Amino acid sequence: MDVILELLSKDARITPQEISKLTRIKADEVKKRIKKYEKDGIILGYKAVINKEMIEDKETEVRALIEVKVAPQKDLGFDKVAERIYAFPEVASCYLLSGSYDLLLVVEGRDLKTVSRFVAEKLSPMEHVRGTVTHFLLKKYKEDSMILKSKEENKRLAISY
Amino acid sequence: MKNIVSQKVQEMQPSGIRAFFDLVLGMKDVISLGVGEPDFVTPWHIRESAIYSIEEGYTSYTSNKGLVKLRTYISHFLKKRYGLEYDAEEEVLVTVGVSEGLDLAMRAMLDPGDEILICRPSYVSYGPVAELAGGRPKFISLSQKDGFKLSPEVLKKNIGQHTKALLLNYPCNPTGVSYTKKELAAFNKILEKHGIWVISDEVYDELTYDFDHTPFSSLSGAKERTVYLNGFSKAYAMTGWRVGFACGPRDVIQAMTKIHQYTIMCVPIVSQMAACEALVGPHKPFEEMKREYHRRREFVVARLNEIGLSCHQPQGAFYAFPSIKRTGLSSGDFATRLLKEKKVALVPGTAFGPEGEGYVRISYATSFDMLKEAFERIEEFIKK
Repeated sequence: MDVILELLSKDARITPQEISKLTRIKADEVKKRIKKYEKDGIILGYKAVINKEMIEDKETEVRALIEVKVAPQKDLGFDKVAERIYAFPEVASCYLLSGSYDLLLVVEGRDLKTVSRFVAEKLSPMEHVRGTVTHFLLKKYKEDSMILKSKEENKRLAISY
Repeated sequence: MKNIVSQKVQEMQPSGIRAFFDLVLGMKDVISLGVGEPDFVTPWHIRESAIYSIEEGYTSYTSNKGLVKLRTYISHFLKKRYGLEYDAEEEVLVTVGVSEGLDLAMRAMLDPGDEILICRPSYVSYGPVAELAGGRPKFISLSQKDGFKLSPEVLKKNIGQHTKALLLNYPCNPTGVSYTKKELAAFNKILEKHGIWVISDEVYDELTYDFDHTPFSSLSGAKERTVYLNGFSKAYAMTGWRVGFACGPRDVIQAMTKIHQYTIMCVPIVSQMAACEALVGPHKPFEEMKREYHRRREFVVARLNEIGLSCHQPQGAFYAFPSIKRTGLSSGDFATRLLKEKKVALVPGTAFGPEGEGYVRISYATSFDMLKEAFERIEEFIKK
């Protein structure tokens, strides 16, 4: 991965000037490359990583992983069905997998009822959907390489040879 | 009644900056650029293997020289990494960090009156350990003018009839200076001519940024005259485990083992088990660490230049050694005032010998966010 992308993926707030100092790539060149990544859709956006385990967000209080079995369509494969599914605002993530089922969804909702209703009334009756298994999420430990725990304090001495 | 403390220890110079260290340790919320160890915790796979070894009941002594398994891994690693040939049975000794390896090497090699050449600014323990071993440290003063580098001419000038050994430390703590193969070969030629031994402390070898590290003992003909010291502290973020190793000709390793078996017996088995995992486990975390240090070095040097503190380019380790002469302050005053006024800690250059007056050691084994903030504060301090 380009060092610029690597640094940005670790800290989206890093400035082109700082990247330049860390890498010796000229700041203008850094800016140019970031612009291009944005234009090409390689950088999709910038956001804070929030530990949702620690805040109350009524709209996404309940999360579920849902396995979906899908009958693929001629010429279209899974893409068309996937598109119809991921367009729902309840669906936070959508993946096509190999193995015993096809799509894996992460669905968020206000409460159990909301998520259940989404599965029962919107997802399951959909054409080409052959079956679903819903797992409600109890606790998150690690997400996108981030451990969802406040950082351990530094155990080093503050000064040493 | 006689003094309980021996004459020898009474005569040892206490560290001049102990008081400054106490001041730092007594203060809260300090940003520290004064730490001589990685800011990474030992990677989990190593910690896990140590825990597992305890569960399995590995709680005994090991052979004096260290676990055969560990010595074999070290031997294989050195062969693969540098093409070095050290026999795991006879030429490798596992030590309590490089510190013990250094002490053993000096005690095994030096007779009263023997001189050992030590470049300064240097790591704090070289001089005192040489004296405790009964040798006479002869310090070679290096300066910023020469990029804090030893040259063949200066080396030649300092060799006398009592010179037995040269202590090399590269990449260097505190200056970050390292040497290319060509530079080392020039030293080797001179040392070979005079039949002088080398104790080579290469604990920062994996943190070399601008060229490949060359172990001194890999130079033609040097292996028979070199005690190669290395360890797991810096490259694997394992300072607290205290594991190092010494490699050299069998006579000297045997002699060092003799002292080691009476004084230490063996390195704690749990640490040795952890070191085994460090060598055979995944190397990805260490490559990431190195990349991170490399970038921070670029940042630190760029910021120092911006602020107007002149600094030679450090080629390795995680230290920069800028001059603070333009502030008109002594190293000690600079460090104390920066600490008190801006809560940034660094080590006065004088900790590493009188040649360090006018310089400070900045450690970039600190997160990038902390480094950024620290340099903001140093800049404000300098402007004032």
